Amino acid sequence: MAFRDGPFENLKVPLAWTAAVVAVVGMIGAGLLLLSDRTAPDGAAGYNAVRGATETVTGPVSGVLAAPVRWIGAVTDYVGGYFFAVSENRRLKAELAELQPWRDQAIALKNINGRYEAMLGLRTEPAVPMLTARAISESRGPFKNAKLIDVGGAKGVRIGNPVINEHGLVGRVTGVTGGVSRMVLLTDVASRTPVLVDRTDARALLTGDGSGNPRLEFVRGAGSVQAGDRILSSGDGGGLPRGIPIGIAAKGIDGSWRVKLFSDRGAIDYVRVLLFQDFGQLIDPNVLNAPPLAGLTTAPPPSEAQAGAIGDAAARRQAAAEAQAARARSAAAAPAPTRPTPARSAETAPQPPPQTSPEPAPAPGGVT
Amino acid sequence: MRRPVAVRVVGPLQWIIYPALAAVAATIVFATPVELFGLTLPEPVFPMVLAFAWPLIRPSMTAPAVLFVLGLFLDLFWGGPLGLWPLCLMAVYAVILLSRNLLAGHEGLIRFAWYAACTLGAFLTAYVIVAIRAANPPSILSLIGQVTPTLILYPIADWMLERFDDGDTRFR
Repeated sequence: MAFRDGPFENLKVPLAWTAAVVAVVGMIGAGLLLLSDRTAPDGAAGYNAVRGATETVTGPVSGVLAAPVRWIGAVTDYVGGYFFAVSENRRLKAELAELQPWRDQAIALKNINGRYEAMLGLRTEPAVPMLTARAISESRGPFKNAKLIDVGGAKGVRIGNPVINEHGLVGRVTGVTGGVSRMVLLTDVASRTPVLVDRTDARALLTGDGSGNPRLEFVRGAGSVQAGDRILSSGDGGGLPRGIPIGIAAKGIDGSWRVKLFSDRGAIDYVRVLLFQDFGQLIDPNVLNAPPLAGLTTAPPPSEAQAGAIGDAAARRQAAAEAQAARARSAAAAPAPTRPTPARSAETAPQPPPQTSPEPAPAPGGVT
Repeated sequence: MRRPVAVRVVGPLQWIIYPALAAVAATIVFATPVELFGLTLPEPVFPMVLAFAWPLIRPSMTAPAVLFVLGLFLDLFWGGPLGLWPLCLMAVYAVILLSRNLLAGHEGLIRFAWYAACTLGAFLTAYVIVAIRAANPPSILSLIGQVTPTLILYPIADWMLERFDDGDTRFR
C-alpha cells in the first residue's frame, strides 16, 4: 500500500508553521549559545575548537584575497617612489640633519641611564623578541574590531601578546591557532588598555567603543590631561610593556577625552607581535598554588632500633608521670598540722618532691 | 501538434543554497584589509537580505536552518560573541514570516520600509546584547556605518523576490 493511500493521505503540514517552528528553535539555540559563550576575564573570548577551525580555514582564503591588494599597494609605492624620488630625498636629508643631534643625545643618555641602573641595582625589563606578521582579514563593525594575522602558535604567539605597527600599539592577540591568530584592536568595544599620560604620568584606562578614537576613562587627577598629550601604555597589570606609544589625547565631540591613535597613521597591514610574557606567564601556577610547607622535606620513617628507643623513652615518661601522680595523692591524703609552725629558714624548709624530668625523645635520625 | 513548454524548476538550490554561498563569499571579500586614502571597505551584513527575502519567497524549513548557519559563520568569521547574528537574523526571519500576508502584493517603498524596520530592529538587538556583554555601549556612528551599507543592499532582496516569488497561493 502506497503511503498516499494510507490514513495520512489528507494530512497536510502547513509550511509556514514548520518554518516558524524551525525559526523559534533556532532563536532558542542562538540564545543558549550567547549565554554559554562567556568572555574570559583577561578579554580573551572562549577560543574553542570551532573558532580555531574556522580561522584555520578562512585564513588562507583571506590571504589569497589580500594578495592582490598588497601587490597593488607595492605597485603604487614603486610608481610614487619613481616620480617623487627627488622631493623625498630632500625631505629625508632635512629630517636626517634634524635627527643627528637627537641621536647624539640619545647615546649619551643611554650611557648615563645604564650607569644609574647599575648603581641603583634596578631590575630593567628584558628585551622583548618580536615577530613580523601580515593582516589577512579584518572586521570593522561596531560590534567587533579585530584582524586575522598570519602567524600563530607554531611561531610562539600566545594569547595576550601585544601587537604594534611602525607607529604604535595596535592591539592584543586574543586567539591563537597553529598558523593564524586573531588580534583585537584598541578600538574594539571589549578592549581595555591601562595607559599613562606622558606629561603628567597620570593613569587612565583606554576603552574602545567601535569608533576610530577610543575613550580615556578613569583619568586620575584634575587637569592631568590636555589636548595634545602623548598617551603611552602604562604597563599596569603586567599585560603590556610600559612606554609603547599609543596616541594623542583630544577632546571628543561628546565632551569625553579620546585618543587619536598613532597606529591609524598608516594602513595596519604589516604588524609586529611582541612575544612579551607578563608576570602571570613567567611564574608556574603550580608553584603558586602549592601548600606553603610543601617545600620542606619530611623525616624518613624510623628504623627498628629508633622505634625501640622511642618506645623506651615514652615508657619512661609515662612511669615518671605515674610516680609523680602517686606522690601527689599521698601528700594530699596526709593530715594537716594543728598549729602553725614557726618560719624556718630556707635551708630547713621542706622541699617539693623531686620531679623526674622526662628525658627528651631521641631525635629520629640521631639515635642508633 | 503542440510544442512542449519549457518548465522552469526553481528548487532550494537556486533560491537558498546559491544565495547563501554568495553571501559567505561576499562577506569574506569585503573583509579584505583594503585601505585607500584612509578609507576602508564597508562591512554590510549580507545575510540580512536573505533573512528578509526568504520568508517572502515561500516558507521553508531549510531556509531558517541555513540562515542559522550563516549567522554562526558571521560570528565565527568576525570574532563576535557566538549566537549574536543567528539570533538577530532568525528574529528578522520570524517577523517577516508572521507578516508575509501583510506584505503580499506590496512593492517599492512599502517593502523597503519593512526591510529598513527589520534591519534596524536586528541591529538594535545586536547593539543591546553587545553593550550588556561588554558593559560598554558601542559607538552610534560606527553602528550607522554598518547599518547604512546593509540598507543599501535592499535592491538585491527586491531582485530575489522578483526572481523567485512565484505567487503560488498554496504558500499563502
